[in-house]
Amino acid sequence: MKITIASGKGGTGKTTLATNLAYLLSQKSPVILADLDVEEPNSGFFIKGKKIQEKKVFKMIPEWDKEKCVLCGNCQRVCKFNAVIKLREEILVFNQLCHSCFACSELCPQNALPMKSYEVGKITEFEQNNLHFVEGKLNVGEEQAVPLIKETIDFANQNYSSDILRIFDAPPGTSCPVIEATKDADYIILITEPTPFGLHDLKLAVEVMIELKKDFGVVINRFGIGNNDVIKYCEDENIFLIGKIPNMKKAAEAYAKGELLSESIPEIKSAILNIIKNLKLCEVLA
Amino acid sequence: MKEIVIISGKGGTGKTSITAAFAMLAGKNAVIADCDVDAADMHLLLQPDFARSEDFYSGYKAEIDQALCTKCGKCKQVCRFDAVQKINDSYNIINLNCEGCGYCAEVCPAKAIQMVEQNVGKWYISKIKTDAQMVHAKLGIGADNSGKLVAKVKKEAKNIAQESTKDFILVDGSPGIGCPVVSSLSGADYVILVTEPTLSGFHDMKRVFELVQNFHLPAGCIINKYDINKNISKKIKSFCRENSIDHISEFPYDETFTKAMTQGKTIVEFGDGKLKNILVDSWEKIRLLTD
Repeated sequence: MKITIASGKGGTGKTTLATNLAYLLSQKSPVILADLDVEEPNSGFFIKGKKIQEKKVFKMIPEWDKEKCVLCGNCQRVCKFNAVIKLREEILVFNQLCHSCFACSELCPQNALPMKSYEVGKITEFEQNNLHFVEGKLNVGEEQAVPLIKETIDFANQNYSSDILRIFDAPPGTSCPVIEATKDADYIILITEPTPFGLHDLKLAVEVMIELKKDFGVVINRFGIGNNDVIKYCEDENIFLIGKIPNMKKAAEAYAKGELLSESIPEIKSAILNIIKNLKLCEVLA
Repeated sequence: MKEIVIISGKGGTGKTSITAAFAMLAGKNAVIADCDVDAADMHLLLQPDFARSEDFYSGYKAEIDQALCTKCGKCKQVCRFDAVQKINDSYNIINLNCEGCGYCAEVCPAKAIQMVEQNVGKWYISKIKTDAQMVHAKLGIGADNSGKLVAKVKKEAKNIAQESTKDFILVDGSPGIGCPVVSSLSGADYVILVTEPTLSGFHDMKRVFELVQNFHLPAGCIINKYDINKNISKKIKSFCRENSIDHISEFPYDETFTKAMTQGKTIVEFGDGKLKNILVDSWEKIRLLTD
């Protein structure tokens, strides 16, 4: 089973839910938690395991071979991403813009653009008893999160047996990084806040899940602030409300310090346990 | 004219609430650009009239004309994204996987593959409740190219600001450090980092500041909910000093932010004025810093 925790709006509690869910479930059986918010990964503040390994992640980019090049400009013509530009006497490659499609390289009549690897980030693996934590982290300056998200998922697939539960902590938003983090999941938990911003972005996230034909449910975090519009929306649209996490200033304070909320705040622990119970009822969890 | 970009690294630190309040204080003297195009929320507070709307086309997807296809399989061979699938006897594009690189179309001997430009969203020019102009957008579901849509929103905002000789462009950015953020920083004059004193908020702010440094831009910092961890707030302030980031202001943990939002209001239009005073001072400081 693969569960992705996503949200349209940022800062609604994806990491809080992912880490606490993974932690509590790992007390019974093994769990893999993968932080796919590679631009700003934060799960590692709450899961403090032993570091097992670290792996650099590369993407393939073309490298200009001045000696072989006859400046025909075919590379610039085939590149749809403006990553290869032909100047009067030189070919420029913009590493960050390259999507590693290989077209410029393989279609170069002179073989003057061989592909080489280029570091974009790293994947680190940690272990805390039954909890296996894999974190993808993009190098600052890199613009494309998608290849690293894919590598991080592949890393988990290659290193662990497929029958272990996987929990993916997704990036915010509704664009391509979110798609990458959700497209292979069996179930999506959308976490939101009971506020106008939370509701607005929840609706966008729901549209994405419907488009992807994913089974999903909703968790409301910071329940007690704002209004009841999110609950009403879920009722009207027949969306399964998996649970609610109460709003508490002391939760914000514990979060600030990097404390696992289910360890330090009993009300939060029981809210997460209730979410687990409901996920079992609808057979998302065994 | 000064272009001020508000970003945070981490999501949910209060960027949009604070930017919208600045928009109220700047009044008609600013053009507003909502560049958080994949989860744009500022319109909920500023009530734009969506006066003008246009489709946004960017990027491509491959389409195979089955009538022309000779089933040679070359497209599948060259595709690095598993976007060509052979079902029964025919080759098909899996849209979700297609990056739009056009390699398959380039090598197709039967010229059976077309690269079709994608409608990935809409952008709008609106009048908001201060009578100022706002440029905003809505990215299509699951679309990529959010960086290009951000560039478009910023360009339109700049045109309006230049034509109507406004002093400010206020840009609400998106979380993270990826392409939409990079795109929102390009051409900016000043960056405001809105952060919170949590380990993750501080960590994310440092990462996005590294990006700001790549652009050699001056920056200032606003600490939201400074009182949930005064120790980390102190660390953020010394980080700012060490890196010549202007300390603009700090806000207490206050549910007035949410209460105002629930009524579709900015913080300067709501409450007992405590937050409003901090905002007025902040905006004054920003005006001086960008002068």
